Amino acid sequence: MKACVIVFPGSNCDRDLQVALRNAMGAEPEMVWHGDSTFDDVDLITVPGGFSYGDYLRAGAMAAKSPVMREIIRRAGKGVPVLGICNGFQVLTESGLLPGALMRNANLKYVCRDVHLKVEATDTPFTQGYGNGGVLRIPVAHHDGNYFADDDLLDELQDNDQVAFRYSDANGDLTDDANPNGSRRNIAGILSRDRNVLGMMPHPERLADPALGGTDGKAMFSGLVEALS
Amino acid sequence: MKAKIHVTLKQGVLDPQGKAVQHALGSLGFTGVEDVRQGKFIELELSETDETKARADLEEMCKLLLANTVIENYSIEIA
Repeated sequence: MKACVIVFPGSNCDRDLQVALRNAMGAEPEMVWHGDSTFDDVDLITVPGGFSYGDYLRAGAMAAKSPVMREIIRRAGKGVPVLGICNGFQVLTESGLLPGALMRNANLKYVCRDVHLKVEATDTPFTQGYGNGGVLRIPVAHHDGNYFADDDLLDELQDNDQVAFRYSDANGDLTDDANPNGSRRNIAGILSRDRNVLGMMPHPERLADPALGGTDGKAMFSGLVEALS
Repeated sequence: MKAKIHVTLKQGVLDPQGKAVQHALGSLGFTGVEDVRQGKFIELELSETDETKARADLEEMCKLLLANTVIENYSIEIA
């Protein structure tokens, strides 16, 4: 399996993602600079967290128009899996690869802590490592993670089973208290209609090794390797 | 020519920053502020001299980058 990590000026989780992918694949992912309009054929494209272009205009707005994104949109259209984490999720919504938008957290605070996630879809290469679902503990670290979509779009996402993760308590209950940012219907991660693009605010790569204090993020990467090798 | 663009949140989209500003105004004694919506104001200097063409370009700029039409409206003013 071959994977790449897209690097924008201001990305800061690219190396974490590189390590998580390397450990899962047993091979080195390719690091692709945002100004490159083409890169090697890969089985998985990942867009990391950070503050691409300093969050100018809107988080992810500038990165979504960079040369490399045109190529990513083209390949996503052909079915290549694309994973966007945190700022990567913001970039994917801004580029139109995923529906909805990520707004300023409802409490206006930067939130940096572990949250619980209920796995809502396991029939994708990104989430098949989670077997029958369950509840994960994964860190979030963001200021603009408040997922917004209007009621019609939210219903559509639900009907098409496009919600991959929701914020929950440790028991998997979708409470308001468990929602760290005001996201509508506790949405933490969504899939594209064709299910080959996943965007999520929490950081699985930050909890993918016992040395980091937990391994709940690891199954995402091992599942991807299993699905795409 | 000069263009002025206002980007504002759509009706129905919560504006927590606007709410915080409203509360701050209230605590300063401005009790009559019933709602605050915060947006962006963008000024552009264009080389285009044909106003119709400029307006068409500005529409595209707003749709492609300056506004996120999922959550925002925009208005264009040419001076």
